[in-house]
Amino acid sequence: MSHIVIIGAGECGARAAFALRERNFDGQITLVGAEEHLPYERPPLSKEALLNGLEPKLVSDAARYADAGIEVLTGHSVEGIDPAGKTARLSDGQILAYDRLLLTTGARPRPFPGLSGPNHRIRTLRTHSDAVAIRAGLQPGAHLAIIGGGFIGLELAATARKLGAKVTLVEGLPRILSRGVPAELSAVIAARHKAEGVEILCGVTIQELSEGPDHARILTEDGRTIAADMIVVGIGAVPNVELARDAGLVIDNGIAVDAHLRTSDPDIFAAGDCCSFPLPHYGGRRVRLEAWRNAQDQGTLAAANLLGAEETVSAVPWFWSDQYDLTLQIAGIADGATQAVWRHVAEGTFILFHLDIDGRLIAASGIGPGNAVARDIRLAEMMIAARVRPDPVALAAPGTKLKTLLAA
Amino acid sequence: MSNWVEVCATDEIDEEDVIRFDHAGRTFAVYRSPDDEFFATDGLCTHEKIHLAEGLVMDDIIECPKHNGRFSYKTGEAKGAPVCVNLKTYPVKIEGGSVFISVA
Repeated sequence: MSHIVIIGAGECGARAAFALRERNFDGQITLVGAEEHLPYERPPLSKEALLNGLEPKLVSDAARYADAGIEVLTGHSVEGIDPAGKTARLSDGQILAYDRLLLTTGARPRPFPGLSGPNHRIRTLRTHSDAVAIRAGLQPGAHLAIIGGGFIGLELAATARKLGAKVTLVEGLPRILSRGVPAELSAVIAARHKAEGVEILCGVTIQELSEGPDHARILTEDGRTIAADMIVVGIGAVPNVELARDAGLVIDNGIAVDAHLRTSDPDIFAAGDCCSFPLPHYGGRRVRLEAWRNAQDQGTLAAANLLGAEETVSAVPWFWSDQYDLTLQIAGIADGATQAVWRHVAEGTFILFHLDIDGRLIAASGIGPGNAVARDIRLAEMMIAARVRPDPVALAAPGTKLKTLLAA
Repeated sequence: MSNWVEVCATDEIDEEDVIRFDHAGRTFAVYRSPDDEFFATDGLCTHEKIHLAEGLVMDDIIECPKHNGRFSYKTGEAKGAPVCVNLKTYPVKIEGGSVFISVA
């Protein structure tokens, strides 16, 4: 094999490129990305980058790509893939012949239904340039309205408050973070945002968003109008599957891959936010994860399998969110849990362990200041992977070292 | 020139565990390995300056609590993404049931 092409220069694609070299692949590696920047870390975009940084935090600097012999084509989008001829056609007309192809095309913000652009006061947050544009509108006293009480919206709300903006967050469902976060944790987060001065409106259906020269406006179904200087829509992401679909690959809530991250074409793999895969430890149900660590893990795994390793996805899903000084961490997926065990760690710090009907630990969700829950969530993740059935009484007891339950 | 500083009694660190030690405006992480040896490194992860003492010790690895960057706490070696810069290590000695590190 002489040439591996990676389409999508985010965390996942970059990680895969370096992992190929770590596995001693000595052929050509080309990493193609549409953005002008080298691959950068997206998690800070709603947090520190918005507060402090105007430069993206690069995954690696240019010298490391050069040293590793990885050619990075930034500012290049891919127009099409020909799986029969094994080529990718770039926006500038260049044709790249590949032996194996990895798609790490990521996801893009879900657009607000019915909204047509371009809009200056109604934005989404995914890229560094999105963050720069939002930052420009966050002067002290400016009114920011956020649509969607998910991680992005809530992290942005916390950062905007630190910058002195007035923040209103509108969520359609009865509570924030209803997708994947237990109510006990979202209550802590909601209370903190309210204490910091964020107005949270739940159960509000939006009829229309509009913008004029001075304001953006939310019209709610019950007839209210909320005017703001800027609206940021954070209602989830959609996978970038168009290239794969046009190439005839199977799509199923993302580019469908098997447990080796192989698509329906044996020479094309996909990894990260763009793909759906059978999740081990949870009956092999097909999921798509939008998460930083998943992007890293799958980039690394895809690199191994591009070189013929046939390794299987085995990671337990893991997510985190930072808001103010609070960190929330979740390992596993709690759907299907029949029992929740509360472990008090310290004042304002707790972990919920989610057990299934057989008493197996399938998820753990924790919240607290700083990294107060990090070690225990990491141990919980290992317990989930080991499919242990811990004693609920021991789990609940703050004095029990979780390490001792790993072999349960 | 070495500058030995007392950290704590040996029994204040569990086996296969780590504590944070702050001294003279600097922060360190001091480890006790599963085979009952003591080690010391800089206290902050080289990726995003997170306190490593809040992370998990597994065999001879310390894993950062924030993004799971891994180092060998015995050698300081970074063990892969997202960390690529090694961790500085410090000499350790045990005297009179106490752990000392050389912070010079």
